[in-house]
Amino acid sequence: MSLIWIKDLRVSFDGVQVLHGINLQVGKGESIGLVGESGCGKSVTWLAALGLLPQRAQISGSVTLEGRELVNASRGELEQVRGGRIAMIFQDPSSSLNPVQRVGKQLDESLRLHRGLSGATARAEAIRLLDLVGIPSAKTRIDLYPHEFSGGQCQRIMIAMALAGEPDLLIADEPTTALDATIQAQILDLLATIRHETGMAMVFISHDLGAVSAVCDRAAVMYAGRVVEQNHIGELFDNPRHPYTVGLFEAIPELQGPRRRLQPINGTVPNPRHLPRGCAFSPRCAHASDFCRSAQPALLQQPDGGQVACFHPVRDPRRTFSPASAELAA
Amino acid sequence: MLRHILSRLVRSFLTLMLVMTFAFLVLRLSGDPALILLGPDAPQDAINAFRERWGLNDPIWKQYLAYLVQLLTLEFGVSMRDQVPALDLVLSRIPATLAITLPALLLKVGLGIPAGVYAALHRQSIADRGVITLSILGFTVPSFVLGLLLVLVFAVQLGWLPSGGQEGVEHALLPILTLSVGGIGIMARFARSAMIEVLGQPYIRTAMAKGLSWRSVVWKHALPNAAVPIVTLLGFMIGSLIAGAAVVESIFSWPGVGRLIVTAVANRDLAVVQALLLVIASSMIVANFLVDLAYGLLDPRLRSRRAAH
Amino acid sequence: MSVLLQASGLCQQYTTGKTLFKHPTVVRAVDSIDLEIREGEIAGIVGESGSGKSTLGRMLLGIEPPYRGELTWRGAPMPAPGTPEWRRLRREMQLIFQDPLAALDRRMTIADQIGEPLEIHGLVPREAIRNRVSELMGKVGLRPDQAGRYPHELSGGQRQRVVIARALAMAPKFLVCDEPVSALDVSIQAQVVNLLYDLKLEEGLTMVFISHDLKVVRNLCDRVVVMYLGRIVEEGPADEIFANPRHPYTQALVSSVPSAGRGHAKRILLQGEPPNPASRPSGCAFHPRCHLADAACKAEAPALIRDSHRLAACLKLRAAPNQDQVREIHA
Repeated sequence: MSLIWIKDLRVSFDGVQVLHGINLQVGKGESIGLVGESGCGKSVTWLAALGLLPQRAQISGSVTLEGRELVNASRGELEQVRGGRIAMIFQDPSSSLNPVQRVGKQLDESLRLHRGLSGATARAEAIRLLDLVGIPSAKTRIDLYPHEFSGGQCQRIMIAMALAGEPDLLIADEPTTALDATIQAQILDLLATIRHETGMAMVFISHDLGAVSAVCDRAAVMYAGRVVEQNHIGELFDNPRHPYTVGLFEAIPELQGPRRRLQPINGTVPNPRHLPRGCAFSPRCAHASDFCRSAQPALLQQPDGGQVACFHPVRDPRRTFSPASAELAA
Repeated sequence: MLRHILSRLVRSFLTLMLVMTFAFLVLRLSGDPALILLGPDAPQDAINAFRERWGLNDPIWKQYLAYLVQLLTLEFGVSMRDQVPALDLVLSRIPATLAITLPALLLKVGLGIPAGVYAALHRQSIADRGVITLSILGFTVPSFVLGLLLVLVFAVQLGWLPSGGQEGVEHALLPILTLSVGGIGIMARFARSAMIEVLGQPYIRTAMAKGLSWRSVVWKHALPNAAVPIVTLLGFMIGSLIAGAAVVESIFSWPGVGRLIVTAVANRDLAVVQALLLVIASSMIVANFLVDLAYGLLDPRLRSRRAAH
Repeated sequence: MSVLLQASGLCQQYTTGKTLFKHPTVVRAVDSIDLEIREGEIAGIVGESGSGKSTLGRMLLGIEPPYRGELTWRGAPMPAPGTPEWRRLRREMQLIFQDPLAALDRRMTIADQIGEPLEIHGLVPREAIRNRVSELMGKVGLRPDQAGRYPHELSGGQRQRVVIARALAMAPKFLVCDEPVSALDVSIQAQVVNLLYDLKLEEGLTMVFISHDLKVVRNLCDRVVVMYLGRIVEEGPADEIFANPRHPYTQALVSSVPSAGRGHAKRILLQGEPPNPASRPSGCAFHPRCHLADAACKAEAPALIRDSHRLAACLKLRAAPNQDQVREIHA
């Protein structure tokens, strides 16, 4: 049974719809990647699920956590879920911690809230968590302030804080984007280890396909407020079906293999105020037909276990890097 | 920390000297002080007597040295009008001024900050708009207009409160009200924008994602961070506790420092003017010092930046 | 290929924390850099925050005068800032950096901004400016109908094209691109990377491409310089550096990049934090994070040693054959 089940989730801000019916399930202990470019709605989906969007956001649809409905749930119910059942870490670790509060106190707050710990027990547990996420000499550094840690360490502290509530699900929203490459690798490794040890499920939101494949079992690709493709990591990377997924792969250079000319996706991400008719990707799609420009494809189950929302999915089972020169488009 | 405080004290002293030197330069070099203070129509022998009395015939460096000695010994001479030591005269006026400026400060803080914070927490609500409108009204109406208006309504029309004097609490009410209205408005605006800024920060989202109640998010995470900019404004207000009530004291004939400024300047009482300058500059510097200490207490980032120095 | 720009012993240092009562700290951001930029190549500079790569980029342009060391342009020393020769050289060398919105004037149409340098420097007759602007816009892939737009009406990728077109207006020979695609979405990134590549091919432009994105660097650059704490630790042809990194830091850097579909197999995880230029470790600056480090590495700063066409600075590589040439690094 699914841990969390998102059904037809729609969000709009001041009348502009940014999510157009998201369907997604996360099983217990499962790790799912959410991939897409800026503005595709990958963060909004989870902020909406946890009721963390500003009040002007209009949300419809359903998000259930083991059968419990979260959309329009009471403040009290949501506060129990946040941090306790579902924890979240964010892109910019240094500014995600309260700058005027000691790190130990910020951890203590979560331990008190979700585990009822206080005083010396809470402090001991906080030190254990800092140790666990790899903060050196946690015992003495627990009373430091966030600015006394580097960005990578702040992200470790954020992870410790997320673990404090012993959540069933961790939402990691671009947790490594702001970090240097070698530190990025450390954090990805830490996330994978912790997931392995705690059995916690994870949603890993990122625009970095490499990072996603490092820590996830399954991934969903989002475009303009919709999931356009979803599959197991292996299948998705070896055999992408949606032209946008294929385009993303072609656009990203490789570190191995022959050097090649990159193949950009023509055009730009559409403005949510003026979405194209039909499939939102059709203006940038080489495979688009007139039909694509008039009707919206549904996300359909595929024989290989994946889901694709496309009228003309890419048939070639093998990903090819054609050296053909791509036109530079405006 | 001790080292920091010491270095601050040295710097404060240097600042004070700088201010007083500037005052000296302005008073002496912008023309003949005798003419400026006595006016162009003064008789020549009055001017000569004034020059003799204040040593204005000496070379400028000698005057400056004498001035420095005055400053360091706190001996400014005797007030021409009241025949008491100038500094004593100034100091004796401070309690009366504080009697109205301190309650006004409490009102600014006690009403301005909560109103601003409430408005920030209920953005775009009727309450928010009300706070914005009232605060604009508060700090755009000049205090002499507001003071006269209050006198007109409460003293003249209704006869509830006296229009001037310093006999009892009821005499202080109108000056306090006049003094505080603008400050409440400014404080509310400032607290509101500080709070809105803080509420948009990523760590507030983190606090909410932790499962804290909204009340805890506001009290434990938002307010301590919003306090830093608010303290800056508070520093300005504390700095003007002594000298900031000149207009209001004049309107309500309140015998405080502010009115002394007006009368000392009007009477060309140079000793008193210089003593006033010293006291006012000192109060500003002390306020600044307090703000700096408060920053250190409120924001650990500023503390360690100092330690690193 | 002839050498366009040569740096020797380039150093930059900043003094921070200077007050009346405290001793200042000297931070060495760039330390004894010897580097050649050859005509028509794209040289990549990679490194993490604090490696000094952006500072080096600005110094190569002559915008930041070096604390020590020398720069020659086509064999002649760089003219002193402010002289007419220096100003002429400025036109030949352009900088493109990460945030195009900050580089553009919000209140001017993009055509006006592209045309502005032409007008200021009188590069083309006034009546020809319009034609030249539309030619430049075409070259960077902007449509003619976008000429009247303002920066905020364009996407991030389009803005970066405007910045590039404006730089091209001066007919430069040399571009320093400091993280030019880092703020862009992946699909757009590829557009700008290809544009830069075409400019090299078609215009013969020489470029220094500074980036933390190894994948982009590998695909665009001919040669790569790896920096760590202000020094070059490895240098060589892009293909070889990434296929067969020699310096332990480069090895870790290359393996820290997760590749799509394969994730993190056989990666080297570096311990510790990115280094702080204000407190530089003794000996080899990388030794506290290096799995090969021993007492010697702590004591001695390794020189950048040439091995055929590659350079690396690591004591552990000394045993390697083919020590053709040794370039000393002055501490």
